[in-house]
Amino acid sequence: MSQFPDSTLAEQNLQMSKKSVLELRNVNIFYSDNQAVNDVSFNIRRNKITAIIGPSGCGKSTLLRSLNRMNDFVDGARVEGELIFGNENLYGKEVDAVEVRRRIGMVFQKPNPFPKSIYNNISWGPLINGFNGSTDELVERSLKQAALWEEVKDRLHESALNLSGGQQQRLCIARALAMEPEVLLMDEPCSALDPISTARIEDLLFELKSSYTIVIVTHNMQQAARISDYTAFMEMGDLIEFNVTKKIFTRPAMKRTEEYVTGRFG
Amino acid sequence: MPLTTEQESRHLEKRHRKARIFAIFCAAITWSSVLLLAVLLYQVSIEGFRWLDWQFISSFPSRFPERAGIKSALVGTIWLISLVALISIPVGVSTALYLEEFAGKGKISKIIEVNIANLAGVPSIVYGILGLAIFVRFFALERSLISGALTMSLLILPVIIIASREAIKTVPQGIRNAAYSLGATKWQTTWAHVLPASFPGIMTGVILALSRSIGETAPLIMIGAMTFVAFLPEGPMDSFTAMPIQIYNWVSRPQEEFHELAAAGIIVLLAVLLVMNATAIFIRNRTERRMK
Repeated sequence: MSQFPDSTLAEQNLQMSKKSVLELRNVNIFYSDNQAVNDVSFNIRRNKITAIIGPSGCGKSTLLRSLNRMNDFVDGARVEGELIFGNENLYGKEVDAVEVRRRIGMVFQKPNPFPKSIYNNISWGPLINGFNGSTDELVERSLKQAALWEEVKDRLHESALNLSGGQQQRLCIARALAMEPEVLLMDEPCSALDPISTARIEDLLFELKSSYTIVIVTHNMQQAARISDYTAFMEMGDLIEFNVTKKIFTRPAMKRTEEYVTGRFG
Repeated sequence: MPLTTEQESRHLEKRHRKARIFAIFCAAITWSSVLLLAVLLYQVSIEGFRWLDWQFISSFPSRFPERAGIKSALVGTIWLISLVALISIPVGVSTALYLEEFAGKGKISKIIEVNIANLAGVPSIVYGILGLAIFVRFFALERSLISGALTMSLLILPVIIIASREAIKTVPQGIRNAAYSLGATKWQTTWAHVLPASFPGIMTGVILALSRSIGETAPLIMIGAMTFVAFLPEGPMDSFTAMPIQIYNWVSRPQEEFHELAAAGIIVLLAVLLVMNATAIFIRNRTERRMK
């Protein structure tokens, strides 16, 4: 049951028995004349964490941003192929990008809270999307899910900018969770954080996976190995290998993958 | 062992000296312009203060200096500035938002951008001629407050647009991304986040622009604001005068008393300007604090 009115993507499609939430079929992404992602296909499984790893500039962030149409804002960016969400192509003509982003949330590399109160950071997204339940409950639930409630419950109406970097990032996660997204995309969410904050967020992702599907881009291979169930390894815009994380890190099928995960390059 | 060799420390001493000389140079320039302003204010004050009383503020102009006042010009200026603010702020800020947030980054935007920058440098008398041709004659608005306000708005629009665009540009992209990723439309993102975050910068541009327009004389003379008005404007279609015109008129008379009246008029003009800026800065600082 959705808490939001006016859904354009058919809701029941997502109740399918299929294990995949998102299917990438021959996805090509271009920036003007440069091709950033070449013919990538794999499935993103429900209630699992999928990690995308690879050296800088391999197209992993570009690919991630195409999953909720954030590339629409980049001049000259073009996506070909199919990204099947439910029964529909995310880039289909009748699909509204705003609706896609409401259903597929995103957490960015640098914590980017709004310069508003903690409370308003959480409640704004649901409110503009027509949420009509209790915002107090929503704020509390979201902050608890992001393991931030205990730290901020007495200062919900203070500015979010007073929080530490790690707290800000968890606030951004809580903000995304408040929308109850079917998929949560994370673009190197820990790269700006210290090791303790990173560990807290990794623990958090582990807990979230029972109710959410997470796709995470990371530079940190140990992180991918620790938290993810599936791993996609990309290089120069190509998907070199996609498999269960354990396999990728212990018995990769491709030589390039082995060289990368063992730290021989990248 | 000393931290630096003798040669190094001599070199360092030279660099420090350079920095000191530059600081003194900058301070000298700053204080000389402040001093100039102080001399100007002093000059105006000793000439005008004698005439500055309630009678001066509450009387219409007269050919007898002791009975002359600035009432109609003061009210005219307040009318004019209010109308200019009402017209130029929405138009200027909307234009800036359109150019920054909605329009593509193509050739046409580039052409518009260059032209707006050029328009900011066009002499005000040219805007006066334009206002005379378009608002006074073509739209037959006559020599009214609204003609003056529209002309003045044209004059300051480039300044407001440029300042607003710069302010909008400083809003971090991360804020926009955050809003979009929550399923916000472009309008919701702009209205709820981009505009409030750029508000202090926009206000600064508006303050500068309105301050410029309050002292402008040339375009108002061009569109034919009157110099002798013995009544108060009651609506935007009424004819009017404004303080700079009244001051100009007094200065150009031969009698010494009128020159002193002009000085008194300048004091009132400066006071209005100060009150206006103080209010705007107060509003700006309050929103700035709320953002933090």
